[in-house]
Amino acid sequence: MRPEDFDFIAKLLKDRSGLVITRDKAYLLESRLTPVARKRGLKGLDDLVASLRTAGEDLLREVTEAMTTNESFFFRDIKPFDQFKDVVLPAMLKTRAAKKSFRIWSAASSSGQEAYSLAMILKEEAPKMPGWRVEIVGTDISNEMLEKAKAGLYSQFEVQRGLPIQLLVKYFKKNNEMWQIDPSIRAMVQFREYNLLHDLKSLGQFDVVFCRNVLIYFDQPTKGRVLDNISKIIPDDGFLYLGGAETVLGISDKFKPIPEQRGIYCRNLGGASAAPSGFGGVR
Amino acid sequence: MKSCLIVDDSKVIRMVARKILHELSFTTVEAEDGQQALDRCKEALPDAVLLDWNMPVMNGIDFLRELRKLPGGDKPVVVFCTTENDIDHIQEAITAGANEYIMKPFDSEILQAKFSQVGLL
Repeated sequence: MRPEDFDFIAKLLKDRSGLVITRDKAYLLESRLTPVARKRGLKGLDDLVASLRTAGEDLLREVTEAMTTNESFFFRDIKPFDQFKDVVLPAMLKTRAAKKSFRIWSAASSSGQEAYSLAMILKEEAPKMPGWRVEIVGTDISNEMLEKAKAGLYSQFEVQRGLPIQLLVKYFKKNNEMWQIDPSIRAMVQFREYNLLHDLKSLGQFDVVFCRNVLIYFDQPTKGRVLDNISKIIPDDGFLYLGGAETVLGISDKFKPIPEQRGIYCRNLGGASAAPSGFGGVR
Repeated sequence: MKSCLIVDDSKVIRMVARKILHELSFTTVEAEDGQQALDRCKEALPDAVLLDWNMPVMNGIDFLRELRKLPGGDKPVVVFCTTENDIDHIQEAITAGANEYIMKPFDSEILQAKFSQVGLL
């Protein structure tokens, strides 16, 4: 690929999604965009780039989606979900006892597995929280992924990565060769199209934000901007989850890690307090 | 090192499973059917059993029921690994005391995910 073509696509992706593609990742362009080119009857990447220079919104969107779509699986990494059940949920039940409701955001929700994993945990824990209303919102910039998430249809391969068999039996039905998640779980989650680089305020406030394995694709200034934006929609005693390879250190002073709870962050309010109120005493 | 008994009438499947399990630092023992597997378990109980369903002589579900009756037979973690992929079979396996269930075809990622879910890794 010619350097000027690479630069053109790299800038397009950065502007539209924040995704940073460096030259050592040029192979990703090949592997993900060649199918897009073929689908359009184009010979290869060179032709695709030529089309992109004069393309309408459809092709620009398709290319962005092809590059930003990433795999997801149920209960990914397990630990964050154990922490949700054992630490975050009890804290929410304590601090939100008066209004009996809170909101969770699965940012860059992809095909929906993270949001549905949380919904299944809440369903399992429901006897402990009568009368509570928990809203789960999943957002992504890919329409294709949002449609898949809304349908709640997963392949046999997908339901075997991370999903305990008891939960498969309890919350899924076999639909030909696919597995579909139960309507009662689907009803607990709303999926919406949203670009993380945009102003987040119209989404409303979220008490718990899952933004795992998203920042790794951004450059430093974009990471900082996204974290600052998230800080504006998280209350002082809310929680932010990042992926195992991500951190706020050196990127944003709006959050700080919660001691002993790897991957979970709370607002950094400038004081010396170690954790949000309601957090102490659980576990 | 944890031990895993691989029970499958297909030599190829046993070989694939053995390779993956060795990479996950398991010692392995193999059996071609449920009866052989039961004999192995009477000699020494493994930490884990990777279990096919349809086999000659004694099938997987009958083996599992017999295993759970042995002294200490509630201890081994049993992971079914079978082409049977409907809810009824899965439900029957869980009722008989299976801890996890893999639907073939499988790969090392699925096996690893399932083994860590049941605390073997």
